[in-house]
Amino acid sequence: MSDFFEKSDLSRNDAENIISDTLKKCDDGELYLENSKSESIILDDNKIKNSSYNSDLGFGFRAVSGEVVAYSHSNEISKNSLIQSSNNLKSTLNSTKGTYNHFIPKSNKKYYDNINPIIQKTLNEKVEILNEVNKYLRAKDDNVKQVTANFSGEQKSIEIIRSGGDTLTDTRPLIRFNVSVMLEKNGRKETGVYGVGGRQSYDAYLKEDNWKNVCDEALRIASVNLESKPAPAGEMKVVLGPGWPAILIHEAVGHGLEGDFNRKKTSAFHNLMGEKVASEGVTIIDDGTLDNRRGSLTIDDEGTPTEKTVLIENGILKNFMQDRLNARLMKTKSTGSGRRENFRHIVLPRMRNTMMLSGKQTQDEMIKSVDKGIFAVSFGGGQVDITSGKFVFNCTEAYEIINGKIGSPIKGATLIGDGPSILKEVSMVGNDMMLDPGIGTCGKAGQGVPVGVAQPSILINKMTVGGTKL
Amino acid sequence: MVKDQEYLENKASYCLDLAKKLGATEVSINVGSSISETVNFRNKKLDESNRSDNLGVYISTYIGKKKSSISSSNLLQDNLNILIEKCIETTKNTPEDEFNALPDKDLLAQEIKELNLYDDTHIENDDKIKYLSILENSASGDKKIINTESSFTEDKSNFILANSDGFCKGFKTSSFVASSVAVAKDDKSMERDYEYTLKCHYDDIKSAEELGKAAVKNTIRKLNPKKIGSEKIPIIFDKRIAKGILSTFASAISSSAISRGTSFLKDMIGKKIFSSSINIYDKPDIIKGLGSKSFDSEGVKTETLNLVEHGILKHYLIDTYNGKKLNLKSNGRSGGTSNLYFDNGKIALKNLLNSNSKSLYITETIGHGSNIITGDYSVGATGFLVEDGEFKHPINEITIAGNFKDMFQNITLANDLEFEYSTNSPTMMIEGMVVAGK
Repeated sequence: MSDFFEKSDLSRNDAENIISDTLKKCDDGELYLENSKSESIILDDNKIKNSSYNSDLGFGFRAVSGEVVAYSHSNEISKNSLIQSSNNLKSTLNSTKGTYNHFIPKSNKKYYDNINPIIQKTLNEKVEILNEVNKYLRAKDDNVKQVTANFSGEQKSIEIIRSGGDTLTDTRPLIRFNVSVMLEKNGRKETGVYGVGGRQSYDAYLKEDNWKNVCDEALRIASVNLESKPAPAGEMKVVLGPGWPAILIHEAVGHGLEGDFNRKKTSAFHNLMGEKVASEGVTIIDDGTLDNRRGSLTIDDEGTPTEKTVLIENGILKNFMQDRLNARLMKTKSTGSGRRENFRHIVLPRMRNTMMLSGKQTQDEMIKSVDKGIFAVSFGGGQVDITSGKFVFNCTEAYEIINGKIGSPIKGATLIGDGPSILKEVSMVGNDMMLDPGIGTCGKAGQGVPVGVAQPSILINKMTVGGTKL
Repeated sequence: MVKDQEYLENKASYCLDLAKKLGATEVSINVGSSISETVNFRNKKLDESNRSDNLGVYISTYIGKKKSSISSSNLLQDNLNILIEKCIETTKNTPEDEFNALPDKDLLAQEIKELNLYDDTHIENDDKIKYLSILENSASGDKKIINTESSFTEDKSNFILANSDGFCKGFKTSSFVASSVAVAKDDKSMERDYEYTLKCHYDDIKSAEELGKAAVKNTIRKLNPKKIGSEKIPIIFDKRIAKGILSTFASAISSSAISRGTSFLKDMIGKKIFSSSINIYDKPDIIKGLGSKSFDSEGVKTETLNLVEHGILKHYLIDTYNGKKLNLKSNGRSGGTSNLYFDNGKIALKNLLNSNSKSLYITETIGHGSNIITGDYSVGATGFLVEDGEFKHPINEITIAGNFKDMFQNITLANDLEFEYSTNSPTMMIEGMVVAGK
């Protein structure tokens, strides 16, 4: 746990007084303090290319009145700096007459350990594994022309001080191990990427040569792509594999269910609460309480304990994801979804681990039911236009389906669909729900936060595949 | 106020001396300070104010051919001492890399050109609010507009780049950005679009009125879009999308992608990769240019590069490390391009729209569909169907796809280049791409 006041001329008592004075006529607000340490070690082109370490310290001071948010942040935790921030907030909100909401739920549950993954393994140990990864992959296949592998680790300590001195703290570990392989055969180049990660120590992912599984998977994807043919263009049936392809749910539906877009009525879902928005059998939740998962949080960045929020239950829209501001304005409660990338950013309602739950069918049944379509196993990034509801994502491993059988792999193509209607096109939900390997970062308003996704195999009746073969 | 040169130089020289004392053979340091103030409006009311005061230091230490780096936003001496000590320890334990080095001394910038990149004007919050009120009124003029958001940001930055070869330079920059986002709705659809203005100098930004009107116009015309069938059709890219294709070209000729063999433009120097009418420049000394700089992120002086001449690739974008790997000298492009642009084409926009009986005019793309290893391109797109030079109706939920190797050979540019961003393109037509729709 960090003591933010240890080396500062600002005492905790001073800080509490400034906070209470600044926020006395506001509806909400807090001082958010953050100390994070992170490292990154990259092997690339046969060499350790970079070893870097970052230490970040600062505060963000927020005052909320009605719909207005005033925010000021600085790297310098000092009396002067906090007073200057306080003056900034007061000048924006000079005529407010709010009543501060002191209530914040408390919980003792923790979803990860208070560890610093960076110091649990020496630099030499990490360098050694990266070199082994490089050797292993290059020995395994003569077509391997490039290997990039990296470790990144982080420990972030936060403290939230609310008006009246209520204090909440959390210490969050996060690691990621990633391997990218490029193959070249007959002048053609293709890549495969795979990674794992979560809120625990490196060893949880590396024990008993587990790193080899990550390498094998990256190599397998690259090998598949080396044999791929141009993708078809046009509307067709799409079977999505389990796990990471749930990024579709995240882009197509998740963002549209975030409280801010619905309060502002800019989401295509804003007037659909209680309505049928998905096929029967489709249940989607957003869960911050899974142990050690990348998207899990003990408390969110406003101090609210996270929860398992049911978004869509058996096809019916049940809840939006809320932070305190949007919850208050929409007369509901925070779902513990208030997040920020770091102290430089304001809180927004965000996803944590977004999951579609299992149904009854098998993947086999889905494939067999398709005359012409594609089977998408893995994706790169996706994006959504919240207002029109249109979303895309890019296949990184996909196959054509012809007459109920999986055919040749196809080149990376973009799939495009319509968020509000896509879930009504889901005609089968598999019995094989799987969590993603722990690699997702979600971007919104220039802020990236770690997230998770999960889903079973699903069959979508109609999507547009953006290939080049007419 | 942002920290002055003296403060930043003192921090840099403290770090430099300490790193050398602890055993670094070479050191490079960047110390930066920036202050950014934003006011946001939504539906004609104040929504958010945000003040951001940033300090940061980035240090790389070398011991022979070993290198490691640290960064921190905590510039207190105690913390710097701990970090530099840690950086030296890490450097000792990091394997050697023969290409690690500071830039060649003779390539370092000797002077900072006066490029007029800093405007000292400070816009008080009340004046930002005034600007946004006018903007929001102008953006709310049409009944179909159901939501408006706008924002004004003033940014001031200063930095010092120093290294153990005696380089120690930096300069101030400023930017003023205003943006307007509108959401329009009719019976069948809801659409969003935007307009923004970004300049180094306050006097150069667009008027609030003009900006709001442009956002409304961009948004309303998107209402009630149709999907079209899958076919091969000429694509015309609006300038704001065309510049993205130019940025993808820039990443494909970065020395890091070339040296790693992960670019479809590897080994293409001297070859014709674009149609012969195409010229591409990267010009770092444009007065008030948004990408202007006297030296790159390693201190290497920057000069104008004619990257593509009559369709032929002439240069990669080279930094010190990857330059050594490729046996080429840095051309001052560590950290990327400066002011990158396609030279104007010969044909008026009107004639470009008229050059085919049917084409698609693309105003927005979504998704990360550019693969610089294979050159494959596939993105979601929004735009308009153009028939006989006229905009017929909006289009959405389609994808456009092709391969850059073919796309580059089939580019026709209009003569409407403007310097609105750091990367700029005239309106661009590419023939031979595939649209996937119904």
